[in-house]
Order: sequence, then C-alpha cells, then structure tokens
Amino acid sequence: MTQTLAPRTGTRSAPVLALNDCLVLIGRNLRHVLRNPDQVIQVLALPVILLLLFRYLFGGAINTGDVVYVNYLIAGLLVISVAFNSTSTAVGVAADLQNGIVERFRSMPMLGQAVLIGHMVAGVLRNLLSTVILVGLGLVVGFRPTAGIGGWLGALGLLLLFMVGISWLAVLLGIVAGSVEGASGLSMIMVFLPYASSALVPADSMPAGLRFFVENQPVTPVIDAVRALLLDLPVGDSAWIALAWWLAFTALAATLAARTFRRRSSR
Amino acid sequence: MTGCAIEASGVRKSFGDTVVLAGVDLRVERGTVLALLGPNGAGKTTLVRILSTLLTADGGTVQVDGHDVARDPRAVRGAIGLTGQDTAVDELLTGRENLVMMARLFHLGKAEARQRAEGLLDQFDLVEPADRQVRTYSGGMRRRLDIAASLITAPPVLFLDEPTTGLDPTSRTAMWELIRKLVADGTTILLTTQYLDEADSLANRVAVINGGRIVAEGAPDELKQQVGSERLTLTFTDEIDVRRAGELLGGDVDDVTLSLPIGAVDDVRAVLERTAQAGIPVHSMAITQPTLDDVFRTLTSGETR
Repeated sequence: MTQTLAPRTGTRSAPVLALNDCLVLIGRNLRHVLRNPDQVIQVLALPVILLLLFRYLFGGAINTGDVVYVNYLIAGLLVISVAFNSTSTAVGVAADLQNGIVERFRSMPMLGQAVLIGHMVAGVLRNLLSTVILVGLGLVVGFRPTAGIGGWLGALGLLLLFMVGISWLAVLLGIVAGSVEGASGLSMIMVFLPYASSALVPADSMPAGLRFFVENQPVTPVIDAVRALLLDLPVGDSAWIALAWWLAFTALAATLAARTFRRRSSR
Repeated sequence: MTGCAIEASGVRKSFGDTVVLAGVDLRVERGTVLALLGPNGAGKTTLVRILSTLLTADGGTVQVDGHDVARDPRAVRGAIGLTGQDTAVDELLTGRENLVMMARLFHLGKAEARQRAEGLLDQFDLVEPADRQVRTYSGGMRRRLDIAASLITAPPVLFLDEPTTGLDPTSRTAMWELIRKLVADGTTILLTTQYLDEADSLANRVAVINGGRIVAEGAPDELKQQVGSERLTLTFTDEIDVRRAGELLGGDVDDVTLSLPIGAVDDVRAVLERTAQAGIPVHSMAITQPTLDDVFRTLTSGETR
C-alpha cells in the first residue's frame, strides 16, 4: 500500500473529466430523491393533490370564460409544482454546505462547480417527472390539449427553461441561506410567487393593484404561454416575455451562484 | 524532491481585522506524524485548510508533496487526503455508495471504483454496515468512513483535523491504531488535536500553536524537557519527617510529600543516602516526567492573557 494509486486524470481530457464529475453528482442527487420520503411525496403527491383539489373542489366556482377550467388549470399547476419542487434543491445545497461534504469535494482534484450543477440538473429531472405525472393525471380527469407537435415542443421548451432558471435560483438561495432552515425559509418566495399569478384564476378577475403585479411578474408569462401553446390559442407576446425573463434569470442566477459558492466555501 | 512532505514558511492569514495566523513555519518529514496542538481558536483548522488548498493564505509559501499550494492546487489535491472536523460523507447514501462516489470523483473507472470501495470497507471494518445509509451509523463508524473516503487514492499526505473529537474511548483507541497503521504504510500525517495524550502517543513531532503562532516545536520528549527536568517525589510517614527532609534537601513540601528537581540518576542516590544518614525514613518515592499538559500550560499561559 505504500505506492500511490494515481487518479486517472492523465488519460482523459479536462471537459470529459468535468462531465464525469457532473454525472456522478447528478446521480447522487437522484438517489437522494429515492432515499428521502419527503422528496418522493413532494414530487409525486403535491401535483396530484393540487390537481384534484382545484379540478373538483374549487374549479366549479372559477370562471375562465371560453376555456374549460381543467384545461386552464394544468399550465398553472405545472409551474406551481416546479416552484414547489425547487425547495428541495435549495435545501439540498444548504445541507451540503452545512455538512462538511463540500469541503471534501473542494479538497479533491475535481470540478468544484459540479456540486451545483449536480443539484441543478437533478432538480430539473425531478421537475420533469412531476410534469409527466401531472399531464398524465390531467388527461384522466378531463384535460384535453389541442396542441400540435409544435405547440407541445414549444410548451416543453419553455417549461424546461423555467425549470433551469428556477433551479439555479434555488441553488443560489441555498448558498446564500447559510443553513437548511434558512434555505427552506428563503425558498418560500419561489413557492408563493406562482400563486400570485394567472396560474389558478385569470388576472382580469383581480383588483387593480394585484392585477398589475400579476400581469408583470415573471411567472405569469410562462403560464400564459404554456397554456396557450397547449390549448392552441393565440400566444401573443407572452412566450417572448417569458423567454426574456427566464434567460436573464438563468444567466444571472447561475453566475451569482458560481461566484458566491466560490467565496462562501473558501471562508 | 525534498525530504519534507509539508513545508510551510511565514504563513499569514487574517479574517477582517482578526489575525488568525501570524507567520507560521512548519516542516513535516515524509512518513512521520506531526501533531498540531492548540486550544480552540488557536488557528489549527485555518492552517489545515490553507495546507489543503481550501483557503488562500495572505502571505507565506506552502509546499505539499513538492507542489506549491498557490501555484498548483490541483496537483496538491491529487496528493492529499483531508478529514475535517465535520463528517464529510453523504448521510443519505450507504457507506459503499459514498466510497464509490468519491472514487469516481477521483476519476477511477467504474469497476476500479467499486473494487477500491470494497478494499476500503474491508480495511476499515465497515463491511457489515456497508449497505446501510450512513445516517444510521455510529460516531465511530462515520469517522472511519470519513477517513476511508480520504484514502481512496492512498495519498502520500493525510490531514486529520481533530480525528478523535467526540469519539467514545473504544473508537478513539481504534482510531489511534488506524493512524499508526497508516504511518507504518508510509503515509505522512498532520493531525490537529486538543488532547495532549493523543499528541504524546501518536506524534513524532509536536507543534504547539497558540494565538496564530507556533510557540514550540519538537519531539514530545524534547518539549517536556523544555519545560523542566524530571522530578523526584518522596513521600514520608508524617509531617515532622517531611519538614526535616525539606530542611536538609530543599524542594517543595506538600502535605507529607517532598518534590525536588533532579538532573541524573546519581542525584536520586545522593538524596536517598542523605535521608538515610539523617535517619529520616522514606515511605515511598516516584520519579515523574513533566506531562505535555505542563508543557502546554507553560507555553500558552503567557500568550492567552
């Protein structure tokens, strides 16, 4: 045992090694989903409960004009569950920083940012799973999308961008929070933002002040665009506005996350 | 390549206005154990974090296994293992999964990683709980897994930051055995500790750190000598005898014991001959070495106040 077991760094190029590090850590975070009953409930149960609640309990009382409520609802719930799921990402990042594991990773010859990328990508994958469940169950309870392949692809693309953006935001909050408790507190911002949007009720039914907020906050255009794309309705400029908001959020949150992570973990 | 596995000179670090390290020089020979001994807040962890590339020093130079920490941190990272104060393993994964993950992050191939994990589980007596989640592990098991994870690549240099803090006596003894085995295999170890007996029994050399400075450095025995010589303690049967012996020999009287510094074995004989000639019966005697505790108190008392 006296001779050193050299790391296999020489045989592969730097980008390949970086990719390896990211994949290993994505795998780690996906295992966490299975190991952590809370997360399973979050990913599986929340969309289901919300869907049944709003479809059958409140749905009858909400006027969505020409659009049947269950058709109106799905886009909103997709976005709500993405935001809700991101809590685990923020908490996971904070837990890693609180525990000594990030220190260990940083003392190893690996890509430091792979920790963050691992959390972000695992978050997106969890969200995709929720999305599939929600759309599947939606179809069972009367959701009737009329989109063609283009509409589906557009909606999925937009949702994917939203997932990436929100996951980076969650990573950033997790780093800034400093503790698991702090992270779950801070992520409440992300959880509640989609409720004050056009997710569950149309904006034009709201009082003027709230309506102004709802119409101009970054989550509403995502919901409006996804809804219009899935139902083959006129999309207007909501898709472009959503695209602009979330490209900006992604770039900003990813940059800030990388920077604060470097600083925080080298204190 | 030098004979030193770790070579630090003039290392300084401040956080804001607080000076944590005020110019630390340190050399650790290959294949030896250096214990960095100091109270809480002395700068032990900060120094370890600088040596292991986690923190950048404000000044000074550090070479680990021949690589400069500032210029080539990646090479240093390839040559070291680090076990910090907090357990740095994944609580939700099993012991085996943890080791495989770390091995993959050290860029071992899949099969090789699994093989290495197997070997380490065996070596660290973790085969039985290998497939249980780490959150079910005891403190000792956790610490063993933590150290196993630092040894994936069998690094030539290992940093152990307070490896036995919080362990029960049995786990602590087991940890000492483990550290001795690693040294026997040729690993250079720098360990920090607040426990004097730990430094005494594991380390080839001890560096006492206090207030961000190395206040003493040497082999455990040398340090003890620095503080004072051995002392002869004579116990008498009553206070009259002890007073008479004190008048005859000098030294410090405490209850029925008299303690005096001695330089050589001959001093002991001389003392016993003089008490015998004076007809003072000695009940018992003992020769005591100064403990590292004494060393520690003497060296740090001036600086902390």
